[in-house]
Amino acid sequence: MRISLQWLREWVSTGEDVPALAHALTMAGLEIEAVERAAPDLAGVVVGEVRSVERHPDAEKLSVCRVSSGAEELQIVCGAPNVRAGMKAPLATVGALLPGGVRIKKAKLRGVESFGMLCSARELALSEDSNGLLELPAELQTGQPLTEALALDDVILDVNLTPNRGDCMSVAGVAREVAAARSERLHPPQIEPVAAASSSTFPVRLDAGAACPKFAGRVIRGVRVGAQSPFWMQERLRRAGVRSISAVVDVTNYVMLELGQPMHAYDLGRLHGAIVVRFAKAGEQLTLLDGRTVELTPDVLVIADERTVLGLAGVMGGEASGINDATTDVFLEVAFFDPSVIAGRGRRYGLMTDASQRFERGVDPQLQERAIERATRLLIECAGGEPGPTVVMQSVEAPPAQPAVGLRHSRVEHVLGAKIPAELVRELLNRLGMEVAGGPDAWRVTPPSWRFDIRIEQDLIEEVARLYGFDNIPEVHATIAQTMTPWTEARVRNERAADLLVDRGYQEAITYTFTDAQEQGILHPGETALALSNPISAELSVMRLSLWPGLLRAARDNQRRQQQRVRLFEIGRRYAGDTGAETEVAAGLAAGAALPEQWDATPRTVDFFDVKGDLEALLATTGAAEEFRFVSQPNPTFHPGQSARIWRGDREVGWLGAVHPEHLKQLDLTYPVYVFEVETESGLRARVPQYSEISRYPSIRRDLAVIADEAVSVGALCEEVRRAAGALLKALHVLSVYRGAQIGKGKKSIALGLQLQDTARTLTDNEADAVVAQVVRALGDRLDAAIRDK
Amino acid sequence: MAESAQNLQSLVDGARADIERCTAIGELEQIRVRLLGKKGDITALLKSLGAMDPEARRTAGAAINEAKEAIASALDERRKALEAQQLAAQLASESVDVTLPGRGQALGGLHPVTRVRRRLEQLFRNAGFTIADGPEIEDDWHNFEALNIPADHPARAMHDTFYFPDGRLLRTHTSPVQVRVMKNQQPPVRVIAPGRVYRCDSDMTHTPMFHQIEGLVVDEGVTFANMKAILHALMRELFEKDVKMRLRPSYFPFTEPSAEVDISCVSCGGAGCRVCKNTGWVEVSGCGVVHPNVLRAVNIDPERYTGYAFGMGIDRLTMLRYNVNDIRMYFENDLRFLRQFA
Repeated sequence: MRISLQWLREWVSTGEDVPALAHALTMAGLEIEAVERAAPDLAGVVVGEVRSVERHPDAEKLSVCRVSSGAEELQIVCGAPNVRAGMKAPLATVGALLPGGVRIKKAKLRGVESFGMLCSARELALSEDSNGLLELPAELQTGQPLTEALALDDVILDVNLTPNRGDCMSVAGVAREVAAARSERLHPPQIEPVAAASSSTFPVRLDAGAACPKFAGRVIRGVRVGAQSPFWMQERLRRAGVRSISAVVDVTNYVMLELGQPMHAYDLGRLHGAIVVRFAKAGEQLTLLDGRTVELTPDVLVIADERTVLGLAGVMGGEASGINDATTDVFLEVAFFDPSVIAGRGRRYGLMTDASQRFERGVDPQLQERAIERATRLLIECAGGEPGPTVVMQSVEAPPAQPAVGLRHSRVEHVLGAKIPAELVRELLNRLGMEVAGGPDAWRVTPPSWRFDIRIEQDLIEEVARLYGFDNIPEVHATIAQTMTPWTEARVRNERAADLLVDRGYQEAITYTFTDAQEQGILHPGETALALSNPISAELSVMRLSLWPGLLRAARDNQRRQQQRVRLFEIGRRYAGDTGAETEVAAGLAAGAALPEQWDATPRTVDFFDVKGDLEALLATTGAAEEFRFVSQPNPTFHPGQSARIWRGDREVGWLGAVHPEHLKQLDLTYPVYVFEVETESGLRARVPQYSEISRYPSIRRDLAVIADEAVSVGALCEEVRRAAGALLKALHVLSVYRGAQIGKGKKSIALGLQLQDTARTLTDNEADAVVAQVVRALGDRLDAAIRDK
Repeated sequence: MAESAQNLQSLVDGARADIERCTAIGELEQIRVRLLGKKGDITALLKSLGAMDPEARRTAGAAINEAKEAIASALDERRKALEAQQLAAQLASESVDVTLPGRGQALGGLHPVTRVRRRLEQLFRNAGFTIADGPEIEDDWHNFEALNIPADHPARAMHDTFYFPDGRLLRTHTSPVQVRVMKNQQPPVRVIAPGRVYRCDSDMTHTPMFHQIEGLVVDEGVTFANMKAILHALMRELFEKDVKMRLRPSYFPFTEPSAEVDISCVSCGGAGCRVCKNTGWVEVSGCGVVHPNVLRAVNIDPERYTGYAFGMGIDRLTMLRYNVNDIRMYFENDLRFLRQFA
């Protein structure tokens, strides 16, 4: 909210030091986001008086004017349609620098000399209005610098209000805070009631009980609806960021900005029977000012007449009853609505108005009488008219009052940890307009009528704290109970997993958890992802089914940036397509060269086993590497021949595979790209190591070359070797896999290294040979594999 | 006799010359065998001593032994010299260009946000906090209601929330973890909850997903002053600088009193720069005393227990720590960006 310092100073002494004022307000809870000058530097721009206007001899749209600059009379060529003899307008004299950067020089326009320029508001950066010259009030002194004449030497405080402080959404409200923060007295302008000049009234019926307990109305007849508001009012509205529209609208806005009371002006001639404040009937419709027709529900408070709904109470008026060019008689509505019946209603229809923002936060229920008198006086001054009497309707006995709240002095210290003397607490509350009764053990504090945010003791403690100053509360370290926080060894920390991948050359990525539905669909055909109702874009519209869409996109972006070799990983959640159930996984991607570019290494592309090596290292951090198995299993994401399900014991914990070349083509990536994922909870659960005795006896090594069918996996072969060799087999290494003419089609030769050892004694060659014989027999019997002749 | 002495001398001289000419250890061995071996010349001379009378034997024996010693020592000397030469040659041939790069994999790196998250976690663990976690797909009650933000509350407008068709939402802050922790645990509570949060907002300075870390302490006698102390200590440790801190009154429905936390700009030290928009201060956190309604919603007695809570944007702290000036870089995963944080 923009507050003019000049306006504020009508209400309270602010001191001369503006940065100090801004700081004081900020530290009291009204954040001053910016302090701006109300107008740019306008040196050389004065109040000019147009003495005569003649047609330009050579240009239809130009006039040749004689303009007084106070000191002299100048010939000025002007193109504005509204220029006329006798008017006063801003005159930029030769040498003046306008805000747009234009330097005024003596010029010749179509052969006629011009010694300066008459300006529009836009040319002076005072508003967007470029419809002709800015017409200045006649009473301004010709030749006076414009900045002085219009009191433009003002400062705008841009206040960022928190949602609890609706009471500060006015000059009066900010002035109250200034007074409290600076310990000053408030001196509000006097508002005298305007006596009725007629007996004209219009009936009002309050049918919504406590939702609208109070409604002040007044008829003003014979208003000049086309009148403009005075320049000073337009200027104040401008500084508050509100556009001037007409006298009637400007007055209602002005009073709202000054006092915080929204109000509405109806065309009396278009009201039928009576104003009725009531809840909407189900299905009732209303055409809003922006032309939309909305359907109402019974929890929406409306202003109606006896025929139809006129507007959303506290939010916006309707098209049918507003003032227009033909209006002569006006009915002013100045009401109080219960904040809870306004809250959220505007938002529901996409409306956030100045009125709704104030009403849903709470408008002072004692303000309506003053506000309507203020508006009446201003309206009559601006646009004439004959006021009827103010009629205040109340649906309840007394207007709502703020209940007293208990406060204990001891609790202030208990919550804040600062010793604030009882007398000071009382004084701080008094400064905020709160009445404090009783003693410090059990104060009864009555907030002023405009404060809707003081309900419980803690609310008062906050008020005390912010006025006392957060800076003045000490920093005190707590003495805390001795505790030991749990730290299990039974899980590989995500930190360890990440560090391992980093050490193996992977760069950690963080990708969005929502992704592109179409791209994800390519990778996970046939699966439906959980979709957001209000995504920010199609690219970020559904929750990810795996981390792969994000990693693949990152890989593609990097390859487009000439980063061909990509190793990425991410630890994050994926979301089940139906329930959205969250599972944390560690996922990785590898594409490009197997090794970073280097000397003395044959360049080759990364393959399945490079990545499997990384993954096995990751799994080995569990201390239980032998629990994991890679099983060939199809997955629509993957190349049918390079797709592995990762099992841990009897549980599936992850995937490793080459992304299907067709998917890569659609995603504009080069084949091959390998990806993996492991569930962190089940896949990275760690085994706490258990010591087992180290054999003191030598081991024996036997190497075997086995020829088997292609269909027999090396995994199955090794499993059989382990089973057949039994406990003496301490280690089994796959030494080579060979295919070729010597072996025959459909066959492969696998060289295995067996390390045999006993823990109790030295193994003999005969015993070792017996184990090997056992293995060979088992391979032959069960897998149809034969020993290859050397 | 004189003749034999002369012969012996020429034998030794000849041997020395031969030894001197040797260029390989094998040649030395041949000379040793020829002179000192079982059938060698010197050995033969020694054998011939047996036929001499005792007087002559003694004299001749001493002379032969002297010659033998001389040859042996010449052999030994030459061997050592040749070995040294050989080693020198081997070493010379094995020298490498130490400026050639090493081979193998290169190191990857952690995401900068992870680096700062880990620092925060470690610092808080050191201060006795445990780490809590909660779902990212939340319900309205945990994200709003239980945090004293009822349906029509104006504060909801500050949270541009992503919704799912069933009414659930992506959490807009890590604060629902507060609620989940307190539902399951009576005080004392001392937890942090780092994680991803979401707001329907995307521009130069906002990403629709970002990271927060929530802190919550609830116990008997916990005060606003305690909160000030821990936050200031954290900021000093995180940035390893003696930063100044100030709390500005603010408003969050789930804390009261509430504050925004500013620290003196870590980039310019408070003098004013682009990072702090010339104010000398940068906003790093929101915090406050836990609102009694929040405690009540999870059945903790607000009269007996008090607490404080805070939430900070990890991404923002990361910008300040590493001088990152564009928040959108975080999720573009450009390797040229990521590699800077190895």
